[in-house]
Amino acid sequence: MEQIKTGQFIQEKALNNMSNETIVIETQNLNFYYGPENHALKNINIRIPEKKVTAFIGPSGCGKSTLLRCFNRMNDLIPGTYLTGKVLIEGEDIYRPNIRLEELRKKVGMVFQKSNPFPMSIWENVAFGPKVNGIANKNELDEIVEIALKKADLWREVKDRLHHSALDLSGGQQQRLCIARALANMPDIILMDEPASALDPISTGKIEETIEELKNDFTIVIVTHNMQQAARVSDYTAFMMMGELIEFGDTKTIFTNPREKLTEDYITGRFG
Amino acid sequence: MNEIKQKISTNSRITYFKQKGDPYIFATGLGLVVSLAMVAFIFIIILTKGLGFFWPRNVHLFTLKSGNQLLGEIWDKDTRYQQLPDGKEIKIKELKLKIGNRDIYGLDFKWIDLPEISRDTQPPFATVIERMEYGNFYGFIRAVHLGEQVVDSSEEAIFHAARQAKKKSRELEAIIAQLEKAIHDLTEPLSVLDRQLSLLEISPDKDTPAGQKKLHQLRKQIDSLEMAISDEYSRLENELAQRYAEREGLYLVMETADGHTKNILLKDIVRFYQPNRMSRWQKAAHYAAKLWEFVSANPREANTEGGVFPAIFGTVLMVILMSIAVVPFGVMAAIYLHEYAPQGKIVRLIRLSVNNLAGVPSIVYGVFGLGFFIYMVGGSIDQLFFSNKLPEPTFGTGGILWASLTLALLTLPVVVVATEEGIMAVPRANKEGALALGATKWQMIRKIVIPNAMPGILTGLILAISRGAGEVAPLMITGVVKLAPSLPIDGTFPFLHLDRKFMHLGFHIYDVGFQSPNVEAAKPMVYMTALLLILIVVVLNVLAIYLRNRLRKKYKMGAF
Repeated sequence: MEQIKTGQFIQEKALNNMSNETIVIETQNLNFYYGPENHALKNINIRIPEKKVTAFIGPSGCGKSTLLRCFNRMNDLIPGTYLTGKVLIEGEDIYRPNIRLEELRKKVGMVFQKSNPFPMSIWENVAFGPKVNGIANKNELDEIVEIALKKADLWREVKDRLHHSALDLSGGQQQRLCIARALANMPDIILMDEPASALDPISTGKIEETIEELKNDFTIVIVTHNMQQAARVSDYTAFMMMGELIEFGDTKTIFTNPREKLTEDYITGRFG
Repeated sequence: MNEIKQKISTNSRITYFKQKGDPYIFATGLGLVVSLAMVAFIFIIILTKGLGFFWPRNVHLFTLKSGNQLLGEIWDKDTRYQQLPDGKEIKIKELKLKIGNRDIYGLDFKWIDLPEISRDTQPPFATVIERMEYGNFYGFIRAVHLGEQVVDSSEEAIFHAARQAKKKSRELEAIIAQLEKAIHDLTEPLSVLDRQLSLLEISPDKDTPAGQKKLHQLRKQIDSLEMAISDEYSRLENELAQRYAEREGLYLVMETADGHTKNILLKDIVRFYQPNRMSRWQKAAHYAAKLWEFVSANPREANTEGGVFPAIFGTVLMVILMSIAVVPFGVMAAIYLHEYAPQGKIVRLIRLSVNNLAGVPSIVYGVFGLGFFIYMVGGSIDQLFFSNKLPEPTFGTGGILWASLTLALLTLPVVVVATEEGIMAVPRANKEGALALGATKWQMIRKIVIPNAMPGILTGLILAISRGAGEVAPLMITGVVKLAPSLPIDGTFPFLHLDRKFMHLGFHIYDVGFQSPNVEAAKPMVYMTALLLILIVVVLNVLAIYLRNRLRKKYKMGAF
């Protein structure tokens, strides 16, 4: 009961902070269950602004990835899961019946924790999304591939070997390829699930630079374990714990003057 | 606490020995050695018994103490124990001689006791003749008839003349074949019309005016065609008769060791040679020729001589047809089972049943193939499309299509299981990645799952080929025959005749080894055929493995 109150309070507070932002993702009393025994998200109300980077932080198992995967309905792939409440993307309820999942996922791209390039050439990897969404013209595809790779800051490195296997790239390059692959669909929103957690610091830095540039054109939601990363790249930060949204606000406030004791403890490294 | 520490530290020598497991390691090694030894043993037996068969053996002339003379090849030696009237047992060594000349002696082989032999020579001009019928002939060429000309001077000249006669006979056969084909081509349109006429005569509308008119027209057409070709026809017939007569004039006069003479037409001779005066190189050339004949020629003499080409062809074609049938079905079934079917008790039951199908004895599949494919499906096809040929069945009897489909059914579980394993090995991250890019499930399966599961699918194919190529029992009731009159693929439309019966190497082994009238002489053939069957399975497998490895390399997951 108290939690719900807190949630509402957060919502109000966040609203005050973001009065001049356009909201693209909004959840209303979102509850998510991995089966009846496992209540993974508890009454989440969050409003994510457009063309900003929003970071989800929190200890392992707090539900931040689950929340992220609600936004493009990737959780549907896990049998036995269900949810209550609403998720609105650009005002549309994405959990309404008869929605076309392919359309949703085209609009909401995703980059996974572990880079997952397909065992094909670099070109084919980037062109995969446009191709499955019906673009067949080779020249058009070439153009899209170039734009996407440039945006992901990979073009310079791979432009001479577009038709080599994507699996020959380094780990960091592979992850930027996955970003380019998501960008090729021209999405509005990009979800990133700990995109740099398996990379070395230099590759991580490059990914962060890429994110910095992308936020001019895209709404980015990023889940991260690394609080410094959240502080560096995000405009807004949500702190989650045990399936609840504890605090949400602009990153500066969260990191310098958190309202909740739990947030402060986590950020200062007292647990987590 | 201390007690436990004590126990752990005082590990005795014997327990250490047990823990190290030396006897088990030894046992695992022994298991491997035994399996390898068995494989090697089979190969050595097949190679030694089979490969030596085509090497020309020397021909011995034995003079027995009774005065009889025997000419032949030594095939075996043995020792026999005989009890004398006074109770003593003595050893008698004996030789197994292949004396051939089945038309004269009735038997190919004869055992002779060594003590009975008074003389053993290898006359240089002893000749072995491989004939179209009655097996080998062993004897001496006494004269060669080349039409009017007769050569019977020196042995050398006779052999030379025989060579020439053989060459001439070969040319003559070519001319005769040409003539026969010319006659066939000439009369072909006529026989087509004749067939139409006889069909019309039994058809119900033959009494209608239209039918009568058509009948009349057809008869007129036939008459005019007959007139047109009659001159050419009689000219060809005459020439053919002349050539036939010429053929009768080409023969060898042979004499056996015990004085029988026999004339052998050159057209009945496959080849002849005088092994006792052949050099090693000549023997090697002879060996190569025989080996080539084995893989490229049709069988002769109830399959015990000649080649096995139709059986090789039938085996390979059947395996290919089976693969074409089994792979798509197996892959589709596996994809549905793994990707679309809601995972639960029913799917588990289906999976269990599929796995169990792999253990059903193959003859059961044969019976199913006979009942379902041949009688039900084939019978219906005949009723629908070939009713004019009934009661003679077209598809309602055994054929290569039904045999291949039966084998496809037999190997389906293997393909399903292997494909499912391949699909399971596709990384989940790749599947999710495709879906997250807006691909539909079907697009994801087609572009990510199937290409990535390809090595698994090919593993299934390899297993299916290995199992299918060696299966004989179900084929015996679904379309394999001892001797197929024609290959399932030929130059006449529609080129691939799926309804035809075919020959198969596995069945060939059974037939030659156990059903042939002359099992003893055919034994090496069995070994050679077995060797060939193993080789074909190996070659098909190596091809599939090569393909799989190439795909594996292509889809290898990048190291992180």
